Parts: sequence; structure tokens; C-alpha cells
Amino acid sequence: MSGHGQGTAPATVKDRADLALNDEFLRKAVKFTTERLRAGKKNAAEDHGNWDDWRERGRQIRLHTIANLDYYLNLFADNARANGVHVHFADTAAEAVKLSLDIARHAQAKTVVKSKSMVTEELHLNQALATIGVEAIETDLGEYIIQLANETPSHIIIPAIHKNRYQIAELLSKEAGETLAPDTQILAGFVRKKLREKFLEADIGMTGCNFAIAETGSMVLFENEGNARMVTTVPKTQITLMGMERIIPSWEDLEVMATLLPRSATGQKLTVYMSGITGPKRAADADGPEEMHIVIVDNGRSLQLGDPEFQELLNCIRCGACLNACPVYRHIGGHAYGGTYSGPIGAVLTPALKKNVAEWDDIANASSLCGACYEACPVKIPLHEMLIYLRRRKVEAGEGKLLEGLGMKGFASIMKNAGRFKTVLKLGKLGQKLVARGGEIRLKAGPLKGWNSYRITPSLPKQSFRDKWKTLEEEIRHGLQELDPAAKARMEALVKEREQEGGGHGHG
Amino acid sequence: MKVSLFITCLSDALFPRVGEAIVRLLAKRGVKVDFPPAQTCCGQPAFNSGYWNEARASAKTIIEAFEDSDFVISPSGSCTGMIQHYPKLFENDPVMHARAIGLQRKSYEFTQFLVNVLDVTDVGASFPYKVTYHPSCHGSRLLGVKDEPMALMQAVKGLEFVPLPFAEDCCGFGGTFAVKMADISGAMVTEKADHVKETEAQVLVGLDLACLMNIAGNLRYRGEPVRVMHLAELLYEGVAGA
Repeated sequence: MSGHGQGTAPATVKDRADLALNDEFLRKAVKFTTERLRAGKKNAAEDHGNWDDWRERGRQIRLHTIANLDYYLNLFADNARANGVHVHFADTAAEAVKLSLDIARHAQAKTVVKSKSMVTEELHLNQALATIGVEAIETDLGEYIIQLANETPSHIIIPAIHKNRYQIAELLSKEAGETLAPDTQILAGFVRKKLREKFLEADIGMTGCNFAIAETGSMVLFENEGNARMVTTVPKTQITLMGMERIIPSWEDLEVMATLLPRSATGQKLTVYMSGITGPKRAADADGPEEMHIVIVDNGRSLQLGDPEFQELLNCIRCGACLNACPVYRHIGGHAYGGTYSGPIGAVLTPALKKNVAEWDDIANASSLCGACYEACPVKIPLHEMLIYLRRRKVEAGEGKLLEGLGMKGFASIMKNAGRFKTVLKLGKLGQKLVARGGEIRLKAGPLKGWNSYRITPSLPKQSFRDKWKTLEEEIRHGLQELDPAAKARMEALVKEREQEGGGHGHG
Repeated sequence: MKVSLFITCLSDALFPRVGEAIVRLLAKRGVKVDFPPAQTCCGQPAFNSGYWNEARASAKTIIEAFEDSDFVISPSGSCTGMIQHYPKLFENDPVMHARAIGLQRKSYEFTQFLVNVLDVTDVGASFPYKVTYHPSCHGSRLLGVKDEPMALMQAVKGLEFVPLPFAEDCCGFGGTFAVKMADISGAMVTEKADHVKETEAQVLVGLDLACLMNIAGNLRYRGEPVRVMHLAELLYEGVAGA
């Protein structure tokens, strides 16, 4: 497919999804990998034994950190500065870009090697670097492929999930100037050799950050390829860009995160490389950057602070489990979502970071609200509920669709009153005479057009349940059996229990 | 003790036989079900689309209709799940909020009531067919209804259970989603029906008529002869025919 490069995609989720739905390669590739990751996660969670307890621990750590974010951010910044790091705060994407470009200019950089960073995608930093003549090279294999294709990542942790190895071989062959066989080892071997040169000549290493440890001012990177370790040790200058919510209080908390993140992301018990970096190179160190910068980016994140319906969004640890579990993502891939972040988390995060109701497009509608994302989330973010809150806010802001609004008003006036509901059923039975044949409606027009393009609709039977009720009630009154005394006692106990407890939650 | 049927608008209008099966099955267990005629729809289409004022109108009707009931039984995990949202819907109205919690606490999806309250798993049914089961998202994830239908099916004589591959994946219904995102929904239901076909089951059962209507609609569209039933129908047919 085409059109997922910068600025060329159709304007609506529906149209972008149609592109994906008609792309058999993409759908096969996305299904293949998400199924593999989903099964891996399931096994890793079962193997862990106490998965739900640890999810709750993870959630509590994130809730606590975000509730005290100002404190932990200050603690982190103070400690990082004491380690010799230049810490910068950027309120907006533009500020973060400007800070990064200033550092690059100051270092008189020609090239930047990058390990995978979604924040830099959010800032479109590669393009910005190009405007001042600095070449940015992605060194994560998937990200490198995406860069060659001039596309954006379609998955938080598997950027090239939508491509199969034949498409990748084609891209890399172009770069190599010779035909490379579509063999994973050959392709990875080529990239490894190519990137090795880039690592050695780069002036700046640029990374994201999985977790920032407040108690020591350290930043921790999770990766499987070893490229982030190269990025953070070879070049003279290092820049780390991190969302302001990446903080956790302590190394002890990292143990929980290091258990939750890889298992949720790929089903690995541990990530292959986990690097903890505390400041630039010290006198006794064999390697490491001479100068280290950490840019802490807000860019809409603080809008969620103090918003009870959305604050938990900041708990996200970017594992991608919700994408792999999502039955919608499975069919349309990441580019259809139209933002840097895709899948269920992207559907909520993209509009939440912008907070511009009018621009919310229909992303929040691209979900069947099945709750698979919530079930998959290692820190239990209720994304399926947030999607409804987004829809509600759009309606409340008067940005709802006129026809839909009128329809819902009609719905309310019918459902307020059983008499009206009955009348509507009667009218429906009359109306369907034109289109119903043998208990079925096959008409592909009007409101049934989309539905009936994939289905046959049953027509309304002669009698509704309420029409039948009188006769039915008479019948069962005669044949009623004796209620089991034990069941009766249980029912009475339940009623009593409710009366005693008053308010509170249901029986679950 | 008053046990009331919350029929749900879909079952009322399109699938009255499901309500009938529940009423008859429960009568056999000595539970006389009552039907408050003032009930309408749970309000989920409006709630999920963001029209909460409109959803509140519907919710209020339901809360009032079942005010006197001790147990409210419905043939839908999704509509019973919607009742779980009522307290949030009325969070700024203390009086309605309390009434919403009252309804929430006495609402049960049909198999929850049968298995967990009446402690019945064997209804004495016989159903000699190959059967597969789609666990609807709201029932299984929101209400946690997972073991109840399994226990009920296991006790049916002659029933050969075949697990549905990727059973936990949404069928693509999602209410207005199926209309607004018709092609994504179509891709989802097509895949679900493919999996049903793979099982070579003669019958697909579930606990939510919207999902079942969705999957059945696609199977019919493709001319597949799989019979689609609510579990209550299957159980009643198995008892009546046994």
C-alpha cells in the first residue's frame, strides 16, 4: 500500500482503513506477527504464575508516580544533573525540537545515530534534523526499514509490522545496490554491516527512554538488538528524549516493570539488553559519551494530569500489548489510525495529547469497545472506557454529527416510554413488508447498506416478546414447579445481604 | 421474591423465543418470572456513542421498571454490562446514583443466575449435536461470565463441544461501530464466521443476541448452514425434546 508516508494519507480513519483492508500483504503480515506476540504474551503471563498480582503492582507504581509526578521529576532532574547530565524541559514539540537542534549545532554534528524512540517520531525530529543538514540514521532494524521506505512506524514496538520479508528484501536490495535474498539472516547481516559504519562515524547518539529512575537520575533502555548500547557508548554526545511520564521512583520498581514490559510486549521473560545509564563517561570508564543531554518532553501530556477520566493514560509503559490484542488493529494495521501512536492506546492518546475536540476525527470510533486492550494492558489502563469518554466529550462540545444527534434524540424519546417503543415495533412490522422476504431482509440501501454488505438481517417476527407475554404467563403459571429450598434460601440471603450493605459494588 | 426478566430490546423485537426459553426453563426450576412492561432499552447505543443525556433517559426507564424486583435476569451480557455503567451515568445525581447501584447489585446475566444463584448446571437437557461457543466480550470481560456457560454445556447429554479458535476475539458487532465502520466490522465478522466454519460445528451458541445476530447474518449471507442459538434456547430445546 501507499499513502502512509508523511502527509499523503486520506483524511479519515474510515478511508485509511479501507486502504489497509484492501491490502492483503499488510493484513497477512500484521495478523502473523500480532498472533505470534499475543500467544507469546499469553504463555509468558501463564508461566509467571502471579500475573494479575503483578499487573496490580505495576498499576500501583504508575498511579503513585503520576500522582506525585512533580516531585519525582524534580528528584530525577536534580540527581541527573548531579551526575553531570544536562537536563532540559520542553513544554511543546517545537521547544523539544529547538533544544535538540541547538545541541546538534553546538556539537557541529553531521550525523546522528538513533535507537528506537517513539517520542522523536512524535516530534518529527528526523525531518527537523535534515533541515539543518544533519543526517539521522535509525539503527533499530524495524525502524531502519521504515526509514528507508520513507514511512512512519505502524506499531509501537514493531515499526515495520506491516511489511513481509519480500517487501523488506526489496527495500534493502535497493539500498545495497545488489539483490539480497529474502532470508532473515542475510537481510539482518546486511543491515548490521551497514550500521556498523554509521555507528563509528556518528557525532551524536540519540535515544528514547523506557524508564527514568528518580532516585539516581538514571535512564533505562530495553532492547533486543544491542543497537541502543552502541548508540549510547560510541558517539561523543548523547541526547535522550523522554516523555515526562517515563519516571519511576526506584530501581526496586524497575524490577516490576522489567517483568511486565517484555512479557507483555513480546512474551520474553527478560529483554535481551537492559541498559541503565547514569551520567556521561567518567574518568575511569572505558567508553560512553563525553556530553549527555536529557530532554523531558510534555507536548500535551500534562493535559491529562488532574483529569480523572484520562490521567491513567500516563501510566502507559508502551509495550504494545493492546495493539496485539486488538481485533480492529489486526485488520487495519497502524497507519490507519493516522497518528504516531496506533492501536487502542493511539486511538485515545492521539486525541488526548491534542485536546482539540474538533480535530478528533473519528479515531475514537474505530473500536468495537470489546475491552481486549484493557485485558491485555500490564498496568490495567481502561482504554475501552476512555474511548467512550472521548466520544462523549465530542458530543458535549457540540462537535457531534448533526444527523446522529437527531437520531439519538429520537432514540431517547422512544426508549423513555414503553408505549412508544411498542408503537415503533408496530410501524417497523408494517414498514418491513416492503423489504422482508421469508423472514429475511437483504436490502443493501439506506442505513442497512454497510451492514447488509456482509450479512443478512432477520425481519421482525409477527409477535414481539411483550405481545406474547400474557399467553406465556398463563401457561407457566400452570406448570410451575417447586423452587428448591436451598436455592430459595440463597436468594433470600442475597437480598438480605444487599439490604445490609446498602451502596457499594455489584456481585461481580 | 420477585424475579424479573429484562428482555432487552433486541430479544423483545427480534428474538422473543429466547425470552420464552428463559421463562420456561426457570419455571421448571420453580422460579416464576415476571415481566415489567415499562422496560425498554438499556441505553447502550446512546451511551457508547457519547450521548449520555439520551442514555440517561433510557437508563431511568429501566431503573424505574425494575424498582420492585429482587432479581433482574437478562439474556445479554452486554445489556447487563450496561447496567454496570449506570452509577457512572448518574454520578452527579445522588438519588439516581443510589437507585442505579440498587439495580446494578440485583442484575444478572441469565447463566450467572442459573449457575451461581440457583446452583443449577444440569437442566436435564439432551442435545446430540456438535456445538461451538462464542464468548461475547462484554459478558466475559465486563461481567466475568466464563465458567458458567461451560458448566451448563458440559452437563448437556450428547452435546459434543468443539472449541472455537480465537474465541475471545470480538465478532465485530460493537453497536453503532458496525454501521460507522462497516468495512472493519465486516472484516471482523467474516473472520469470526471463518473460525466457526473451521470447527465444523453444527451449532454456534452464545449469550448475546447482538453478537449472534451479527455472526448468523454473515453465515447466512455466505450460505453456511450452521445453526445459531442463544444458550437458553439450546437448553430449553434440549429439555423439551428430551
